[in-house]
Amino acid sequence: MTGSAFERQQLTASQKLLQIRWLFVVLVCLAGGIGGVMLYSAANGDLNPWATRHLVRFGVGLGLMIAVAVSDIRLWFRYAYVFYFVCLALLGAVEIAGSVGMGAQRWINLGFMNLQPSELMKIALVLALARYFHGVTIEEIGRPAVLLVPLLMVAAPSGLVLRQPDLGTALMLVIAAGAMFFVAGVRLWKFALVFVCGVGVLPVIWQSLHDYQRQRVLTFLNPERDPLGAGYHIIQSKIALGAGGVFGKGFLQGSQSHLNFLPEKQTDFVFTMLAEEFGLVGALGLLGVYTLMLLYGFAIAASSRSYFGRLVAVGVSMTFFLYMFINMAMVMGLIPVVGVPLPLLSYGGTAMVTLMLGFGFMMSVYVHRDVVLGRRSSGEIL
Amino acid sequence: MDRDSDRHKLISRRMFMLAAGNGVLISALAGRLYYLQVLESERYSTLADENRINLRLLPPPRGRIVDRLGRPLAVNRQDYRVFLIAEQASDVEATLNALGSLVEISDAERNRVLKELGRKRKFVPVTVRDGLDWEAVARIEVNAPDLPGISIDEGQSRYYPHGEIGAHLLGYVAAVSEKELTGDPLLEIPDFRIGKAGIEKVHDLELRGTGGSSEVEVNAVGRVIRELGRTEGQPGSDITLTIDLDLQRLALDRLEGQSGAAVVLDVHTGEVLAMASNPGFDPNAFNRGLSNKEWQALIGNPRAPLTNKAVAGTYAPGSTFKMAVALAALEKGVITPDTSFSCFGHLKLGNAKFHCWKKWGHGSMDLREALAQSCDVYFYEVAKRTGIDQITAMSKRLGLGQISGIDLPNERSGLLPDRDWKMAAIGTPWQIGETLIAGIGQGYVLTTPLQLAVMTARIANGGYAVEPRLTRAVMGLRKQEARSAEAGEALGLVPAHVQVVRDGMSRVVNGARGTARSSAIKEPGMAMAGKTGTSQVRRITKAEREAGVFKNEDLPWERRDHALFVGYAPVDAPRYAVAVIVEHGGGGSKVAAPIARDIMIASQRLDALRLAAGEAEIGDTAPAPPVGGGT
Repeated sequence: MTGSAFERQQLTASQKLLQIRWLFVVLVCLAGGIGGVMLYSAANGDLNPWATRHLVRFGVGLGLMIAVAVSDIRLWFRYAYVFYFVCLALLGAVEIAGSVGMGAQRWINLGFMNLQPSELMKIALVLALARYFHGVTIEEIGRPAVLLVPLLMVAAPSGLVLRQPDLGTALMLVIAAGAMFFVAGVRLWKFALVFVCGVGVLPVIWQSLHDYQRQRVLTFLNPERDPLGAGYHIIQSKIALGAGGVFGKGFLQGSQSHLNFLPEKQTDFVFTMLAEEFGLVGALGLLGVYTLMLLYGFAIAASSRSYFGRLVAVGVSMTFFLYMFINMAMVMGLIPVVGVPLPLLSYGGTAMVTLMLGFGFMMSVYVHRDVVLGRRSSGEIL
Repeated sequence: MDRDSDRHKLISRRMFMLAAGNGVLISALAGRLYYLQVLESERYSTLADENRINLRLLPPPRGRIVDRLGRPLAVNRQDYRVFLIAEQASDVEATLNALGSLVEISDAERNRVLKELGRKRKFVPVTVRDGLDWEAVARIEVNAPDLPGISIDEGQSRYYPHGEIGAHLLGYVAAVSEKELTGDPLLEIPDFRIGKAGIEKVHDLELRGTGGSSEVEVNAVGRVIRELGRTEGQPGSDITLTIDLDLQRLALDRLEGQSGAAVVLDVHTGEVLAMASNPGFDPNAFNRGLSNKEWQALIGNPRAPLTNKAVAGTYAPGSTFKMAVALAALEKGVITPDTSFSCFGHLKLGNAKFHCWKKWGHGSMDLREALAQSCDVYFYEVAKRTGIDQITAMSKRLGLGQISGIDLPNERSGLLPDRDWKMAAIGTPWQIGETLIAGIGQGYVLTTPLQLAVMTARIANGGYAVEPRLTRAVMGLRKQEARSAEAGEALGLVPAHVQVVRDGMSRVVNGARGTARSSAIKEPGMAMAGKTGTSQVRRITKAEREAGVFKNEDLPWERRDHALFVGYAPVDAPRYAVAVIVEHGGGGSKVAAPIARDIMIASQRLDALRLAAGEAEIGDTAPAPPVGGGT
């Protein structure tokens, strides 16, 4: 152990604050601010009902993010499994409550906010997998038996989420986990094997899909199939994007959004409204902000000396990327309509707070980038 | 540590690969954005505008139709429409009940309204009643607080202030049928009316005008947000007819109780001053919509109230055809004006006997007297010498047997037979006996009252080919296309021949033995000339003739003779020609001639009034061309 490393463990809270990548925080605030502006526009130039509440939640999320950033990474390393099992239990509770008779209920009412365990699970799974792979050697990774535990860790929440049914979240859990498996060093041929098996079971999955999910896939493949029904969203979204052109129609001037041709403009289709009103310039601008944030994530991952830190940063970055990519690709008509919000812009509390919590962990990884974590210990310093 | 270092490298490599993969996907998003927002932008912009912009048509006001003195015959009347907007009414049923106590709403209407309200979006107005007058509107306005959701809209509907007078000329307007859609978007406006008959139909395009449009922005559910732009349309053109309302009214009055038609022409210009057909109908009824019962009554009536008999009724001209026969014979030179034949009540041709209307015969007479007394035997002889082809050719020059081209729909051409026609139509050769029958305007010959009036005008003006016309001016085109008063081309008749015929026609009315002498006009300077006609609609059998021909009064209506009279006045310097037909009216001299006399008197009396009213403004007071001869 080098002295400097030891010293860094002893950093005070104020010293840690200085360690935070503040430029990244600025980018986060930029995205959140753009969200506020777009929600103001979505309400036809009104702070209510969305913009104000969005910004308040963003403020809460920001506080949470900073707090997590300066908290000790070893604490999270120690309680990673606990966090995971609490989330899994909550998911199970939702599933039971849902099956008891409330239909597709995805949240737990905490009184002051509705908690969506499936969102929280995205971070919990990242932490748990990071913790697991942290303790596995490169030889062990080659053994299939070693992969059984993390596979179960992925399968349990994915299965529960899929039963809700929430295809988008399940997809995100599986892909983010897959990225972590990949980074952890799982052999490529195993991915190929899973892929081949996946293609093999596609017909089975197709059978088990809900009717509306099948509709979405079919409609994605040919939106004009049902222009007034399921294809309406994609068609109107593409019209809005295209009509925006290079420089857009101007703030509050998007006819598709303001005349209500565009559905769900305050949530899933907020990017469409941005692209209609600010054009290609605005859309690429936001894409640029996101890309920079993503680069920061990978840079943090690269800077961390511990596997746990690296995997957490990669997992969070990947989760963030998936939010962004799935949402944008959906509104552009590249993939089927799946209900995934646009990070930091879409109206809706849990997803944003979850993501900012994840960013908090990511920054904590950076602040504690030189902290060495024991392979099999529960966060004891070697 | 080596293993750790290897793993470190592996993880770094894998992270790099993952980041690169993410970069590729982000590039795909950027590419997609470029495709949608730059390459395809134009297409999607159009689609966005199609989404948001609706074009609403503004129907133009229909042009008016006025008589030659500018008196309105067809106008637009303000009327009111009551409609209900569901989202403004708290309780639709209650509002309808309240409205029902103010204006009548039938159960059928009520059900229709409720059904439409259920089907349409809540902000779309649904018409409850239309065609309301001001009084009903006032009642509704006063009670407006009790009628949430009720609004009143002003509209225009076609109105014919004189009802039946001129109904056949003017025609009527009614809702557009599927077949009549031409692509003009105006026709697709609900409640739009187009001309279905008469002038309303022939001049529909001029009267209709062109629609304006209003571009409005709508949202996804179709609610209007604002108006983006407006193009004003072109109102329909007013049309001035050649009709004199007073004369038209008189002509129709004189046909009261009869089934028939009367046409008055200016012999120099061909302008139709009156064209009456009886019985008629109320064109206003078509505008509001006829009930099935009313419609059945109209089309089931044997007197054909919907038919304009002046142009669509074809009748054997009877003795009114004799002028054409005489002119043909004179031109061919088979007779001279002084050629005399003797009438013994019939003419034998082979085994057949051709009877004169006067059982015991007229004795010997020349052409003028034969016309005056309408001797059939004389014209059998003349026809036999002239031949059917010459008679037909002359008749055509006088305007019979062909479409006149007047701007009315459904005009019929009638029929002038000749040898070729019979071979083609019936397949047997022409018989000489048929020439004889044609010589007295019976047999195959069929003419319309308008054609007879044209023939009379051409004789009266000394042989000029006037064409009948009904439209004097179309607003906006009045100056350029002012209908000038030329008399048309000369028909190439020998003036002396025309004069002989006119002398004969004068004797019909003014001669001591003329068939219409009881209808002579005594007013100084107004005397008329003319020719009676009685056309049989049945064949008189030999047995009947021997037993005594039935009197018309003893026959059922539909088997009685048609009564005809053609004439002109004043006899010395003719200005007006008239043709009257009374279906199954009996004898021309007894029934048709008195009607013609009254019309001719009125035509000449109204002369002064027309001049005083400044008719000259419209610009057709060119001096009448010289008329050959003059007595």
